[in-house]
This record gives sequence, C-alpha cells and structure tokens, in this order.
Amino acid sequence: MEETRLEAPREGTALGEISRDETSRKRFLKLVGGTGAASALAILVAACGDDEESSTTGGSGGSSTQETSTGQSTKADNGDVEIVNYALTLEYLEADFYQQVLDSGEITDKAIAEAAKKIGMNEQEHVDALKATVEQLGGTPVEAPATKFEDVIAGGPKMILATAAQVENLGAAAYLGQAALIKSPEILAAALSIHTVEARHAAALNQLAGNKFQGNDPLVGSIPDGAFAKPMTMEQVLKKVQPFLA
Amino acid sequence: MPNQNLAVPELAAIQIDGMTRSSFLMKSALAAGAVYGTATVGPFVKQAFAQEGGGGDVDILNFALTLEYLEAAYYDMGLKETKGLKGDAKAVAEQLAKDENEHVEFLTSAISDAGGEPVKAPGVQFMDAFASQDSFLKLAQTFEDTGVSAYNGAGPQLQNKDFLAAAGTIVQIEGRHAALIRFLNGVDITEGAFDKTLEMEEVLTAVQPFIKA
Repeated sequence: MEETRLEAPREGTALGEISRDETSRKRFLKLVGGTGAASALAILVAACGDDEESSTTGGSGGSSTQETSTGQSTKADNGDVEIVNYALTLEYLEADFYQQVLDSGEITDKAIAEAAKKIGMNEQEHVDALKATVEQLGGTPVEAPATKFEDVIAGGPKMILATAAQVENLGAAAYLGQAALIKSPEILAAALSIHTVEARHAAALNQLAGNKFQGNDPLVGSIPDGAFAKPMTMEQVLKKVQPFLA
Repeated sequence: MPNQNLAVPELAAIQIDGMTRSSFLMKSALAAGAVYGTATVGPFVKQAFAQEGGGGDVDILNFALTLEYLEAAYYDMGLKETKGLKGDAKAVAEQLAKDENEHVEFLTSAISDAGGEPVKAPGVQFMDAFASQDSFLKLAQTFEDTGVSAYNGAGPQLQNKDFLAAAGTIVQIEGRHAALIRFLNGVDITEGAFDKTLEMEEVLTAVQPFIKA
C-alpha cells in the first residue's frame, strides 16, 4: 500500500525540505530565466516579481530582464510553493484523467467528447502555468502522480461523467480551501482565476451528468453547497483522490 | 485600455476570439448601451462605486453587495416578467435568484458586523432583457461573468482573511452560475483556462447601463 504518495507537504517532508533549500531554489530561478514559456501565470509571476526591496532608482520599473535577484526568492513564501505544488498535483491528475478518457474512445457522444477535450485543455494549461510558477518561486515542481483510472473508464460513459463531475467539485473545493492561506497577492490572484474555472467545469459536468443542483453527496451537484461553496482542506482532498492514485 | 490599473494585466491581455478580454467586456457594456439607449449614472452609483483603487474592506464588500443586489433584482424580475421562460432555464433562474438573494443577506450582515453601513439596493433598469428567454439568458451571462471577474479582482485587495474566505465561497457560486447559464446559451463554459480579473472601475463600466438613480 503506497498510501503516502500524495501526502500533503509539511514540515520535515522531502517536499518541504526542497522548497526551503536555498540552492535548488536559486538553480530553478536560473532555469526559469531561460524559458520562453508563455503561460499566463509564469508571465504574471515574473511581472509581479519586481522586488520591493531593491532601491527604486530613477524609473527602473519597466525592467524586463529576468534578473533572478534574491529579492524575489525571499519574497516567495515556502507555504505558497507548497500550495502551488499541491494544486499542480491535482491539475496533473485532472489533465491525465481527461487524456486517458479521450484516448480510451469510451465517450461516443460528440458533445460530451468535445466538452472533455476542452476541459482537458484547460487543465493542461493549469498544469503548465502552475509548474512554471513553482519554478519561478524557486521551488521544485512535483512530479506528475501515477494515476489509476482504469476502473472508472471501464465503467463506461456514465461512470466517467459522474467521476469527472465529482473530481471537478473536489478541485473547486480544494482551491477554495487554500485561498485564505496564500501569502502572495499575485499567487492568490492567479489561484482565484483558476478556482472559478474549476467551478465552471464542475457545474457544467454535473449538469451533463444529469445531476441536480444539489445531490445526496457533498461532491454531487452543479451547486452542491447552495449559495456558499464549502472549502476542503488538503487532508480531506487527498483522501478523496487516493482511489485514483496508482 | 488602462491596463496598468489591472491587478493581473497579463490575464487581461489574453485574447478572446481576437479581442482582448478588457475590450470584450467593454464591448458588452457598450453594446448594451447602444442597444438599450444611453444610461445615466446617478449619484447613487457614484456613491456605491466611489472608491478608487480600493478604500478598505468595507468598501469592497459594499461594492460586492451592489453587484449582488443587481443580480438578485435581475432574476427576481426576470422570473416574473420574462416571456416564455420555462423548463431548465426557469429552474436555473429560480436557483440563481435564491443564491443571489442569500449573497445579499450575507454581505449586508457582514458589512454591519464589520461596523460599516451596507449600501441600499440600487435602482435598476434592464431595458428589454425580459422580452424573451434568449435575451434574458444573454444578459444573465454578462452579469455572472462580470460577477466572477469582479470578485476575483477584489479578492487580493481584501485585508481581512475571513472576508477573503467568504468572498471565495461566493465567487465559486458565481462561477457555477456562469457555467450553467452559458450551458443553456450553448456557448463555451469558459473563456480560456483562466478567468479574467476586473478592477472596480471596469466593473462599473460594465454594469452602469443597468443602474439608475
């Protein structure tokens, strides 16, 4: 039983160590300086990385060079790196799910296949953006988790759709659970802009799955909690995704 | 576009079918004005949206409250007046009316609890949005998308983490609403992988045709 694969990074864990390790942080900042990845989030973080500590001598505001000053890495909060890595893990899981579903050919309904494709593309963009963000913050992006969706996919379109609907509700609750814990306003802004996209996916997939606004399970329904969405902690979320981890 | 005023200018610059997101919303606002006639912005609106660049948490919550009032009024009136509203569209409108009214109540209490004075419900005008189910759903989409972007823009400006958490629980619902309405309209549920962020000023531009003194 490999139950601890997705354990939340906390004090003393390898991930925690890495994100606190000054050397790897610098190494990654250097790496990021060379990439041309045009992900919205990477650009966002880069743009917001103008360190407040550096003396603002005569209109230096427009500097576009990726001078990886330590100012930026000291500004990055270790907690934020861990949160972004956590989000990255969930996005990897989602992106992989839609990819496997599409590859399986199980979805024959054209409209549903199209929706799965579009949503999967969104998730892949989230992966790319979050990965770049972790690097930009001087952290080490987590690896994509090994997944286990065979049973779900073998269950056919109905089970696939029901699972997608639940996973998206889970994703939305996961982002919501972190919002108030994020230190950097820039990372928060980015997380919020992903959070509501997950919410959109969740509502649409629950609708497609034939679910009502509210269901019997907290993760079932297009508006499952009524007018106020309920957040989930890392521990709660990781417990729910365990069945999908190989 | 005054992009330097945006919290996330890069996201705003993302193209939507050849338009920037800002111009997309701006265009919606302008189109509404063009279709429905020029709207006047009364003193009330100026009061509700007066703060420039964020005047504290209570101002932000009052700004959100005004938007929620607008949405609640839209669904309440739409349910009564929209010609031919039925089936799934009606069921969604009923649910959304309920949610928006709960948001109004919640924000009103939150503002009072914080020692602030909640703004009053604005006067509204929705022109001929209720002429058909289609026109009703079309404007609903604008309101929900604008609501998402407004909350997402205001979120990082909130100082109190409890208010931020509360805004998060509301904006997720706005996102869900937006998707359900878009689903009914037969259009994509998202405009790309990242929801756009709007500054208060831009939100005001988008909603001002629908608010009267």
